[in-house]
Amino acid sequence: MDRNRLQHQVACMRRSLFDQGYLDEPFIQLEELQDDANPNFVQEIVTLFYSDSARLIQNIEHALNSRPIDFDKLDDYMHQFKGSSSSIGAKKVTNECTVFREYCSAENAEGCIRSFQQVKQEYAILRRKLEVYLQMVRQAAVSRTA
Amino acid sequence: MNSSSGKTYMSTSNSSAGWKAGDAAADQFPVGLRVLVVDDDPTCLMILEKMLRTCLYEVTKCNRAETALSMLRENKSGFDVVISDVHMPDMDGFKLLEHIGLEMDLPVIMMSADDGKHVVMKGVTHGACDYLIKPVRIEALKNIWQHVVRKRKNEWKDFEQSGSVEEGDRQLKQSEEADYSSSANEGNWKSSKRRKDDEDETDDRDDTSSLKKPRVVWSVELHQQFVAAVNQLGIDKAVPKKILELMNVPGLTRENVASHLQKYRLYLRRLSGVSQHPSNLNNSFMSPQEATFGPLSSLNGLDLQTLAATGQLPAQSLVTLQAAGLGRPTGKSGIPMPLVDQRNIFSFENPKLRFGDGQQHVNNNKQMNLLHGIPTTMEPKQLAGLHHGAQSMGNMNMQVASHGSQSSQNNPLLMQMAQPQVRGQMLNDTSLGHPPRLLSPMGQPILSNGIAANVSTRNGIQENIRAPSYNPVSQTSSMLNFPMNHAAELPGNSFPLGSTPGISSLTPKVAFQEDVNSDIKGSVGFLPSYDIFNDLNQHKPQNWELQNVGMTLDASQHSNSLQGNLNHAQSVLVQQGFPSGQVNGQNRSATVVSKAMFSSGDSTGHVNVQNGNQHLNSLLVDSTVRIKSETPTILYPDDFGQEDLMSALLKQQDAIAPAEHEFDFDGYSLDNIPV
Repeated sequence: MDRNRLQHQVACMRRSLFDQGYLDEPFIQLEELQDDANPNFVQEIVTLFYSDSARLIQNIEHALNSRPIDFDKLDDYMHQFKGSSSSIGAKKVTNECTVFREYCSAENAEGCIRSFQQVKQEYAILRRKLEVYLQMVRQAAVSRTA
Repeated sequence: MNSSSGKTYMSTSNSSAGWKAGDAAADQFPVGLRVLVVDDDPTCLMILEKMLRTCLYEVTKCNRAETALSMLRENKSGFDVVISDVHMPDMDGFKLLEHIGLEMDLPVIMMSADDGKHVVMKGVTHGACDYLIKPVRIEALKNIWQHVVRKRKNEWKDFEQSGSVEEGDRQLKQSEEADYSSSANEGNWKSSKRRKDDEDETDDRDDTSSLKKPRVVWSVELHQQFVAAVNQLGIDKAVPKKILELMNVPGLTRENVASHLQKYRLYLRRLSGVSQHPSNLNNSFMSPQEATFGPLSSLNGLDLQTLAATGQLPAQSLVTLQAAGLGRPTGKSGIPMPLVDQRNIFSFENPKLRFGDGQQHVNNNKQMNLLHGIPTTMEPKQLAGLHHGAQSMGNMNMQVASHGSQSSQNNPLLMQMAQPQVRGQMLNDTSLGHPPRLLSPMGQPILSNGIAANVSTRNGIQENIRAPSYNPVSQTSSMLNFPMNHAAELPGNSFPLGSTPGISSLTPKVAFQEDVNSDIKGSVGFLPSYDIFNDLNQHKPQNWELQNVGMTLDASQHSNSLQGNLNHAQSVLVQQGFPSGQVNGQNRSATVVSKAMFSSGDSTGHVNVQNGNQHLNSLLVDSTVRIKSETPTILYPDDFGQEDLMSALLKQQDAIAPAEHEFDFDGYSLDNIPV
């Protein structure tokens, strides 16, 4: 059935997201929090994360571009960003944040800039994957109720 | 959303009363538990809210600490537990924790993505009842109700036993008042008073040892209220009972005020004594330091003027100090005295560790000074001797000035200083347990003013923070490094030399606050090491509530590497139950340190140091701030050189006697810290 196939596709994609390390345990927590009262909870959280973190990304960019670099502030921003990304289970993104913070505490500007590129890359990749995944989830849900 | 929102038990009764009464609704507890969750991250906030609702709690979310605080203030019994993030833009989580503990005494759970030991420790020392690492799992939230129950249970016990406490208070009061009046018998009085206070304190504590007394956090505001009350009454007539009445702070006991007053008097005393040796200030330490001093007491004003006149106090500092002294929070350092104490405590700890190390010594000295509230005008030479090593630390010379106002500022300052500058240096100090605390008799003022601390650290300038012998707990390793480096320069004065311009901007309070406050926050309410020492003497662990222990810890945060070590050390220090063994070690180093430290320009030199220790001890004893120590590491060397310290201290006191006031206090003798 379409619904079954959709659900199967959703399950496959979900598993691969976890297997490939894009998502982690906290994401499961989000899924478990989703219920009839909040049927789109996961989507809401992901959307909120991406819109709020855009601000943090900008702050970090700005801080990295200023001279001299204020590493304390950088670390602060990244700490916030990392906290946010870890709360939705964005594993790869969070890992890159950790690398960044190491460079930051060592006050290695070069390293910070490089690792931040990695952060942004993982952040963008995950965003696309989640968009696809969540759309699939929506479709499966709709098909179920249809 | 929350199915329990309609529960009546919450709305009709106070948390404890409700349960005590066996409210039927309580059977459904923890359903309906009223949680206030504070986090600036909207994603986390939403997730937490959902999780808590899933646990059937009644959730209120808030993305700003200030908002949360006003919500709590408006409705003190409207919440059962608070969950707060550590890093928030408008206010540090630990500061919020401090406020809540002081004003509402609600259980607070901290959370952070940071799982570093020192940060967690900071939570502990600041009085958080739990610390959750982000990302938070729902399972972790399911059991938060236990903290509410535990707290209620303890409060109930406290309430029931309040009677016995009162008696203890009366005894203490009598002894205090008698002692205060006989300045002539300083020497004898001091020792006997200290002992008596110790006993009294211990007695009080014993009575309530099974109870958990509410923490008293001497925040900047509170201290200012205190100072205002004292000034209003007149320093001569300022007795705990009247001060308490004037202050009119709910939840504050006469005991709290009494111990705070004692420290304050020592601080003032030190100030007046220190001002006698203005020349000492000159060193690099001296510069911007002023900022470190906290609120100015009436005396402070005097001293400040003098100090300022001698050029040691930057005009700015003076203003700041005065502002502080007048009860206007200069920078909101909000470092409660306890913090100082805690720091001192820590510092003591370190001394023990480092005893052999010159550098360490320096740190210790600093600590010592702080702890004892002994005028620790560290003589430059002495200091130099103490810490050659410290020099490397160098930037942070925080001289704990016993100046009243300065002291208060110092502490924070010290703390601050330690932090920024310390970075690399502090590392060494971590073990040392730098007691950046400026011992300020007031304990708090210094801490709050941490500004000075901030300043100095920020600028990397050496600041000598003078902290009235406040708890030398050097929680923040960073802070610890007092003027050690600049030992040579340490002037006898207790000016916080905050050479860093930053210091002068006492008002860095903002900065400080952010940096220090968070750090210092913990220190509030800590009984400076004095108590610890006294306890040791008494062999009775005091129940301090280390709320502020965090102070030191906080500072450590900044110092990165240092933090780790320091925090632990500090927390240990603060924690009561000081095993005499440890204490001894501490004392020893403290003694040594104090020797070095105190050897301010006074002829007493070494004596000073010793005095410092003694003061410290006495301060410890006197400080009634209750600090609940969790860990059994007691750093106060009970047997250690108490006598030596005492005599040294007394001598030192005598040396600066000319300027002394009629107040007799045991604790603060740190003012000798040369800045």
